[in-house]
Amino acid sequence: MTAPTPTTGRTPEVPPPGEPARPRSRPAQRLGDRVFSGLSTAAGVAILVVLAGVALFLIIESIPVLGASAEQIDGDGGFFSYLAPLLFGTVLVAVLALLFATPLAIGIALFISHYAPRRVARTLGYLTDLLAAIPSVIYGLWGATVLAPYVVPSYEWLAENLGFIPFFAGPASATGRTILTAAVVLAVMILPIMAAINREVFLQTPALHEEAALALGATRWEMIKMSVIPYGKSGVIGGAMLGLGRALGETIAVLLVLSASGGISFNLIGQANPPTIPSNIAAQFAEATGLDVNVLVATGLVLFLLTFAVNFAARAVIARRAEFDGASG
Amino acid sequence: MTATTTRPPRTDDALPPVYRPLPSWVLPVLGAAAVLLALGLRALLGSGPVLTVVFAVVLFTIMVNVVSRRVEGQRRAADRTVTAVVSAMFAAAMVPLLSLVYTVVGRGSARFDLDFFTLTMRNVVGEGGGAQHAILGTLIITGLATLISVPIGMMTAIYLVEYGRGKLARNVTFLVDVMTGIPSIVAGLFAYALFVLFFGPGVRFGIGGAVALSVLMVPVVVRAVEEMLKLVPAELREASYALGVPKWRTILKVVLPAAAAGIATGITLAVARVIGETAPLLLIVGTTSSLNLDPFNGRMATLPVFTFYSFFTPGANPQPDLDRAWTAALVLMLIVLGLNLGARLIAKAFAPKGGR
Repeated sequence: MTAPTPTTGRTPEVPPPGEPARPRSRPAQRLGDRVFSGLSTAAGVAILVVLAGVALFLIIESIPVLGASAEQIDGDGGFFSYLAPLLFGTVLVAVLALLFATPLAIGIALFISHYAPRRVARTLGYLTDLLAAIPSVIYGLWGATVLAPYVVPSYEWLAENLGFIPFFAGPASATGRTILTAAVVLAVMILPIMAAINREVFLQTPALHEEAALALGATRWEMIKMSVIPYGKSGVIGGAMLGLGRALGETIAVLLVLSASGGISFNLIGQANPPTIPSNIAAQFAEATGLDVNVLVATGLVLFLLTFAVNFAARAVIARRAEFDGASG
Repeated sequence: MTATTTRPPRTDDALPPVYRPLPSWVLPVLGAAAVLLALGLRALLGSGPVLTVVFAVVLFTIMVNVVSRRVEGQRRAADRTVTAVVSAMFAAAMVPLLSLVYTVVGRGSARFDLDFFTLTMRNVVGEGGGAQHAILGTLIITGLATLISVPIGMMTAIYLVEYGRGKLARNVTFLVDVMTGIPSIVAGLFAYALFVLFFGPGVRFGIGGAVALSVLMVPVVVRAVEEMLKLVPAELREASYALGVPKWRTILKVVLPAAAAGIATGITLAVARVIGETAPLLLIVGTTSSLNLDPFNGRMATLPVFTFYSFFTPGANPQPDLDRAWTAALVLMLIVLGLNLGARLIAKAFAPKGGR
């Protein structure tokens, strides 16, 4: 048997620690081999083609927007003034959701990985995974039916007592279907997946680090501060970015919960809320014809680029962590 | 800090010379006190049930911190405080999720009857009708998406694990990651923009939905299968090569069977991931009130879109539509949870023991 050659080239971004060296031996090459390797390479290339296709077809359908005059597009100021409130609403609601979800996700993950009894922890882990799989339309139904009416009194209280803060400037919405409610629903939606990622990262903390901290007399919290948090930090950041990507692209839940009628406004509890890019596409697409369709596709292209950038950053952070692992372990 | 007891004074950052933990009766007593205080506040301020619970938790945390600092010192107090905070965060996060499940089951059971599974919405106004057309539409479109995604996803994973090296493999790995993050509505727009080139504006049919779902499903399948193939020990491959078996037969007859259970789990989870997608189907499949089993011709109803429209644009008498929406949501949730549990069972039946 030929000697295995080192496996350096394949996926340098994520070298799985402790993976046994895979043989690069050369068994007999036959027709079947050529067909099979050709097929599998073709599948890999198909991924490239599909992703290029997504960008390409979106661009093709967006081109007519560039040639259109400002009057032909809804609103007065052309495509970019049409896009501005959408982009604002998308980013605002997603960032708020991330602000709510990140600390809770860390708390849940720590509870499951380091606080709950082992047997309970496994069940809780399954439970959060199940919740991560619930379709977004169901979260939307829940947000519009249960959450929105429930928060109306709180919004009225906020508007009365904290109205001097621009976020809570009155008058409060009577339906509760505001940016803040949509952000809470999104936070609930991305919570399970973020908690699952954080839990995985926390569980991967080398047991030796934890035991060393405990052996030095650290309390449980000090052990977590000294070994788990530093080890998991970039994983948590990466997980948060992935959660942000999901929140940016979420369509149906936002469409069902948010009553979108206004423009750019930092008022989180008012009646006039900016729409988001995906919810606007879903709301308008069925009735849109002609140039309107192209405008919607163009906003979709902007969304694609935005989530691409966020995911790219998330992968970069996670990849840095992988390098860190390689260096330390 | 000066101790009022007879114990020697101590500095804040050190444990007491002899570590005396809190007696076990302290925490329940503090908990009861916190609940009583919160109930008192409720009577005083008229706060709602949620706010009362929040008050109780905050009061409990503060009291534990103060008492523990007095008896056990700063470090133990911080530890106990964090334990209380983390547990409270977990409980707080579970509240909306439990409320969601409770609401869907409670409201969805009103129309959870035989009619719902055997009738369509054709010529139905107001009460009655069912979602048979939507359930079948979801099964057809998701089935087609699975048929498209599984071969591409599995072959890509085989390429990445068994063949791929160098620049192309690196790029494919990266782009699969990027694809994982594509928003579902963008996948729908892609399918629309693709088919509009061939069929003209306003195109709506089931296969377009299957293509859109495949864009979302392929990366999930690739990731899952890739992880499983990496777990197959290299010794199995080497043994096969040593017997003179060509590489492709080794992959088909040795590697894939060894990873079969994990692959089945991964594919089931991938199906569960896309079966509830609404946004892409809204754009490219549309909806209809009649049964349409031909994915290549005309609009089809699907369960998520049916749920959405029944809720979003109910009829003049909204209640029957809302009831149907909640029941459709319940059916959808049961399907997704069933798929997830099925995947767990497959994994559990074959998994090695250990871990959590």
